[in-house]
Amino acid sequence: MTESQGVEAFHQLELNTGRFLIQRCTGCGKHVYYPREACPHCDSTSLDWISPKGGGTVYAVTTVRRKPAEGGDINVSLVDLDEGVRLMGRIDNLAPGAVSIGQRVNARVQVKDGKGLVLFDAVDGGAL
Amino acid sequence: MSTLRGLRGSAAIVGVATFGNGLSPGFTDMELLARSAHAAVEDAGLRMSDIDGLCTASGGASMWPLPVIEYLGLNPRYIDGTMLGGSSFIAHLLPAMQAIRSGQCSAVLVCYGSAQRTSTVGRREMGQLRRFVDPQPYEYPYEPMLPASAYALAASRHMHEFGTTREQLADVAVAARAWARLNPDAFMRAPLTREDVLKSRMVSEPLSVRDCCLVTDGGGAYVLVSAERAKSLPKKPVYVLGNATAVWNRQISSMRDLTATSAKQSGADAFAMAGMKPSDIDVLELYDAFTINTILFLEDLGFCPKGEGGPFVESGMIAPGGKLPVNTNGGGLSCTHPGMYGIFALIEAVRQLRGEGGDRQVIGAMTALAHGNGSTLSSQSTAILGTAETL
Repeated sequence: MTESQGVEAFHQLELNTGRFLIQRCTGCGKHVYYPREACPHCDSTSLDWISPKGGGTVYAVTTVRRKPAEGGDINVSLVDLDEGVRLMGRIDNLAPGAVSIGQRVNARVQVKDGKGLVLFDAVDGGAL
Repeated sequence: MSTLRGLRGSAAIVGVATFGNGLSPGFTDMELLARSAHAAVEDAGLRMSDIDGLCTASGGASMWPLPVIEYLGLNPRYIDGTMLGGSSFIAHLLPAMQAIRSGQCSAVLVCYGSAQRTSTVGRREMGQLRRFVDPQPYEYPYEPMLPASAYALAASRHMHEFGTTREQLADVAVAARAWARLNPDAFMRAPLTREDVLKSRMVSEPLSVRDCCLVTDGGGAYVLVSAERAKSLPKKPVYVLGNATAVWNRQISSMRDLTATSAKQSGADAFAMAGMKPSDIDVLELYDAFTINTILFLEDLGFCPKGEGGPFVESGMIAPGGKLPVNTNGGGLSCTHPGMYGIFALIEAVRQLRGEGGDRQVIGAMTALAHGNGSTLSSQSTAILGTAETL
């Protein structure tokens, strides 16, 4: 990355090219997400970008009930990546009501109208 | 903590008022606030010209103390516009006590008003505006219905870890309604059963519309002075024995454990300042924006062990006639919730300690805990109040 932009813009630009990056602190070794200018664990400003392996587990789940005209029901989950960070996401290959806590998922990047977004797909084996 | 112990009981709430609860078409936020503020100052036996400290916050205007000072004609020496969401008006207590103790001011007015239900700028418009002025780029793209979906996520985790059921969540709403039926000022007073809650429209699973707080208009205000000055004012003083505020996260996706809120910290700190423990408390007013809140706060504030909040509320403990009266006005679920509820929880605690509760009065109550929550389980502020006997 260059010094001339913040981490939020860099992260989004990478997503827009299909690449999902999270940070790893060189000070304390912990992974960091969402992107920060300094590590919230140890205050180091030395953070590397890494590609997460993509595996994760659903930590919490809700189905937002909406009328069809408003887009219909949609899953909103919190996913713990195996690297130890949590993020909001959608489990995209299951019906909204079929997502369970403990479900193993894989991250992928959807690029739509030039804008990247991290989504998740449930993987075989179902909930742990 | 030793210096905070020195502030225990140093200030008292001597005036309270609410105005316009429910539907107040044609009123602005400011008008609801001003009516409440004047009534609270009058209740304190003071005049607006006696007020030299102001605390207020707004869900919309970021410089809200300025128009409030102008509108009320104040010239405060102490101003606190700290905005932590719904907990703000409880979090305003401790700094105001310190300002009174230091001599910076002598009479602090804490006030709020919102025409959220009938205003032409409704929640939808405010929500859209917030996306621009207060972006959450790592949550908004997934279209959570905030704040409800954040609390739904917390409820899902509590159910997963501890076996909490939708029926137990419903019991929180049923208890709140049973209290509201005793309160002529409550907005929703029709009978409500567990089955009614379970059958009501689902909003964000597992929370139905009856698991969610009301959307009302309304204003509330209280006046804080030194304990010394309180003795010469007309109403029975309600002393602030402890207050503490904690924030561990803003976004639900940044909350480390969705079953444990920073109320653990605010509650422990407030109890330490008061030199008290949960079993010393006679009546609780907990910010019930959603049914899961009451369960989380009963646990985090130490009224039952972590994970046992579901069976605790199922036992009828918190409803009228139960051993631990909770949300005696009907709470945010059935009494009032004009955008931010914290000040109304505190006002109900004061009314209970004054013995002004009417049919819902907890007989002999001498201690009360009022707990505020803000945003998406983000800010927590706990106040412990007591009558003169507790000093």
